[in-house]
Formats: sequence, structure tokens, C-alpha cells
Amino acid sequence: MDSHPALDIGAVRADFPILDREVRPGIRLVYLDSTATSQKPVQVIQAMDEYYRKTNANIHRGLHTLAEEATTAYEGARQKIARFIGVKSARTVIFTRNTTESINLVVQSWGRHFLREGDLVILTEMEHHSNLVPWQMLAQEKNLRLEFIHVGEDGLLDLEQYQGLLDLRPRMVAFTQMSNVLGTVNPAKEIISLAHLAGAVTLVDGAQSIPHLSVDIQDLDADFLAFSAHKMCGPTGIGVLYGKESLLEAMPPFLGGGEMIKKVHLRTFTTNELPHKFEAGTPAIAEAVGFGAAVDYLSSLGMTNIAAYEHELVGYAMERLEEIPGVWLFGPPAEQRGGVTAFTMEQVHPHDVAQVLDRYGIAIRAGHHCAMPLHERFNLPATSRASYYLYNQKQEIDQLVEAIYRVKDLFGA
Amino acid sequence: MDDLYREVIIERYKNPIYRGELNPNDITFEDENPLCGDQIRIDVRVDPDNRVTEAAFNGHGCAISQASADLLLESIVGKTIDEVKSLTKQDVLDLLGIDLGPVRLKCALLPLKVLKAGAYGMSQASDDLVEE
Repeated sequence: MDSHPALDIGAVRADFPILDREVRPGIRLVYLDSTATSQKPVQVIQAMDEYYRKTNANIHRGLHTLAEEATTAYEGARQKIARFIGVKSARTVIFTRNTTESINLVVQSWGRHFLREGDLVILTEMEHHSNLVPWQMLAQEKNLRLEFIHVGEDGLLDLEQYQGLLDLRPRMVAFTQMSNVLGTVNPAKEIISLAHLAGAVTLVDGAQSIPHLSVDIQDLDADFLAFSAHKMCGPTGIGVLYGKESLLEAMPPFLGGGEMIKKVHLRTFTTNELPHKFEAGTPAIAEAVGFGAAVDYLSSLGMTNIAAYEHELVGYAMERLEEIPGVWLFGPPAEQRGGVTAFTMEQVHPHDVAQVLDRYGIAIRAGHHCAMPLHERFNLPATSRASYYLYNQKQEIDQLVEAIYRVKDLFGA
Repeated sequence: MDDLYREVIIERYKNPIYRGELNPNDITFEDENPLCGDQIRIDVRVDPDNRVTEAAFNGHGCAISQASADLLLESIVGKTIDEVKSLTKQDVLDLLGIDLGPVRLKCALLPLKVLKAGAYGMSQASDDLVEE
């Protein structure tokens, strides 16, 4: 049994009904793929179920009871999420579909409007495709210059080289706070303050960090922050873009349609106030309610406790995985890492590893994890990735290790 | 599922018979499955009657894709290019002797896709080549 002073793992696990599931007869699920998407606690499932059973209506403008309740629930969720990341004004919290859409919003609205030919955007070699491709698309169109902060063999960003790039006067520095492959937790505060000194705007991809770390936006001072509900115990289909008010006010709308307008004439329109200016069309209302419930759930346990517990888990996982002959771990030491372990096995392709582990009910991910450039950097076509969240326990890591030995047996590796 | 890693598949993966390169060759083609990073190149030599005399594959990937390539090339030696063109998904599954889910099916069919694209002299491989 795991023991952690601040987190009652037995109680946490009981909140996640899916953990009782047998993947095949007699084989209970060991879910080590939370970096792809987390499982959902009953609190979230019930909140969404309740919403559809009792409240469902379209929000804003409606005058009947259900519409008012739905609007209150939707806007209430926005408030909760704002508080969760330390945002003072909820009007700077925009609901999107996911992290990817949040980043695209910044690129297409802020980037398209404010960047000119030859302007420099700094990214990193460890970005998820969602923080690469949108910039590449705009760079192609507007002839922007893209430069990348290198990743060292140790899985850490080369901050010295970054300082050199800053001399080139970038307009934007966009980076992930936590790598979805290496697990590296980047020194976001330092990266941001250096970028600000150089006069650049900053965008933080928080898809992995917000679910796992305690993040305070005031302290971080990021200009934009993007994250998704589904990786933090909430539903799929909803994410957030936080932006500093002055930036969001200055930006043109992203998608056009209902809700984002104040007035529409046949040939012209005026935009709505924040945050509605960036929320065209009927949003994911039930999902917002679920997102709010997820944030309540995480807050009730305490993000600091969750981070500490995951830290203990990943340290243990690294220790156990490193013991296995022929298994190679990538990324930084446990102190600089979130709950992710990417590894390769001698003579066994990651897909085969994942497939054989599935026999034992263990869910991990194999492939490039939407970070092909990072894999190219390490000369790897693919890796296997096991990731850990608040509901995992050491015993499951033991099962993972045991199953990896079975993979070795099968392949005679 | 437990049959997925049949002995023949592990054996062919670890000790392939047709791994290598043929230079010069009459047909060569290369493609990859970006999803998992599997990559395969196939070289083929034919005689004046357009019959395959030699075949070889190179690249990297999972056990399923590599074993599939090895078994596939073994099966085409002596066949005409027209016969190669008419090979189907089912032929590959019969060679492997396993049932595959949608994700792994792509691994298993990559060698056939590469082979047929080469046989047809296409500039780009298409999934249509391996769908029934």
C-alpha cells in the first residue's frame, strides 16, 4: 500500500470507477496513460449527468429558468477555473475546444494581426505538434522566422542558447511548461521574465503542467496560457485560453458567428465583450460544468499534494525502470520531472511493448507522442511512455516492471 | 490477442531471411507509417518474364511490420509482377495467421503497400492499394 501524508490514495482511487474495470477477464486495468488523457472521477461524471438531467438549455439570451441556470453554471465554471490558476478577472478566461485550439487562437488572432515579415518567434525542440504546426503555418504565410531552444541530452532546455536567441529581439516566446515525453518541468518563470526583458510576448502550453502542478498565473506572469480539461480529470472537448486583458482586448476575433458579436448588420458587425468575443457559437456547456467540477475536485485534494505525490511516484518508477537491463529512460532526473517516463527497450519496438503490456491490463502509449522533432533530436523513431497521475500507486509501477520483464522473455531480449 | 506474437512472427522479426538491399534492382520503393515511425524499403529484381527472382527489405519498425515484410517477400519470389499487383490485405493476414485491430493492421499492411506502390510504379503509396 502507498502512504502519503496528504493524499488518501484509497479514497482517491474509489472516486474513479473506471479503475475497477477488468480489461480482460481477471485482469484489472492499470492505467498509465494519463498524459494522453486522464480518467474522470464520479464527481465530474455526476456533475455532467446532473446538468443534462436537470438543467440543459442554451446559455445567454435565454430568459427561461433552465437557460438562466445553464448560464449560471457555465459562467460559474469559468469563475472556478479562473480561481484555480489565480486569475483575477474571469473575463480573461476563454473557453476553447482544447489546448490546440487555444494556441491556434493566439496564432491566428494575435500572431496574424501583430506579426510582420521577418519577425522572430522562439519555440523549443520539445514542443508538442500543437505548439509547432500553428506557428509553422503562420510563418509560411507571413515569412516569419522560427528559432528553437535546444534540448540537451539531459532533457533540459539550453538556457544559455536561449539567452543568445533573445538578442535577436523575438516578438513571441512560446513553450511548454512540461514536456509530454521527457516529463521535463521547464523553468517557466525564468523563461518568461527573460522574454519580457527582451520585449517579447509569452505563450505557455500548460496542457501537461496545469493538471499536475500548482500554477499561479500572477506569479508566472505568462501573457497567454493554454490548457485542456481532459488531462485534468475533466471531459474532452473543452479547454482554456487565458490571456492578459490588454492583449485580448487588442486582438481581433478568431472565429465568427453567434455570441461573439454585439451588433450585426448585413455588411458589418461589432464584437462582443471579453470573453465572449472569442467564443463563437454554442459552446460545450455540459463540458464546462464538468471542467468546473474537475477543478473543484483537484482543489479539494490540493495541487501541491498532488504534485508531491506524483513526484514520489515518478521517482519510484525511474528507480524501478532503470533497474531493468536493456531499458533506456529519457529525460531529466526526478527533481526536474513531472509524472512521465519515456523509454525504449533494446530489440523491441515500442508498439510491441505497448501491445504486450496490454495483455496484462497495463495501458501505456507508444509512438512519437505528437513530438516528432523531439524524437528526431534523440534519433528515435518512437518511444514507450508510461505516465502517472494522482490515482496511480506504486504497486502499479511494480506491475509495469514485472510486465516489461515478460516482454523481454517473449522477445528473448 | 495472445496469438498476436506467434512464434513465427517473433522469429521472423529477430532473424529475418529477406532483410537487405538489392543494388541494382528493377523495382524499389520506400514508405513509412508516421503514426509509429515504422519505415520500410523494398527492392525487387525480376527476370525477362517479369517474374520476381529476388526481393529484399530494409528499415525499422515493430515485430508485426517487419515479420509481415519478411513473410510477404518470401511469398512473392517466383510470382509475376501482375500477381504481385493483385495481392490483397487478406493475403498478408493469411501469411501472418493473426487477427489485428485497426492500429496494428496499418503496421502489418505497410510492406504490402510499399511493394504494390513499387510494382505499379507509383510516385506515392496510397492506402487504396491495401484496402479491399
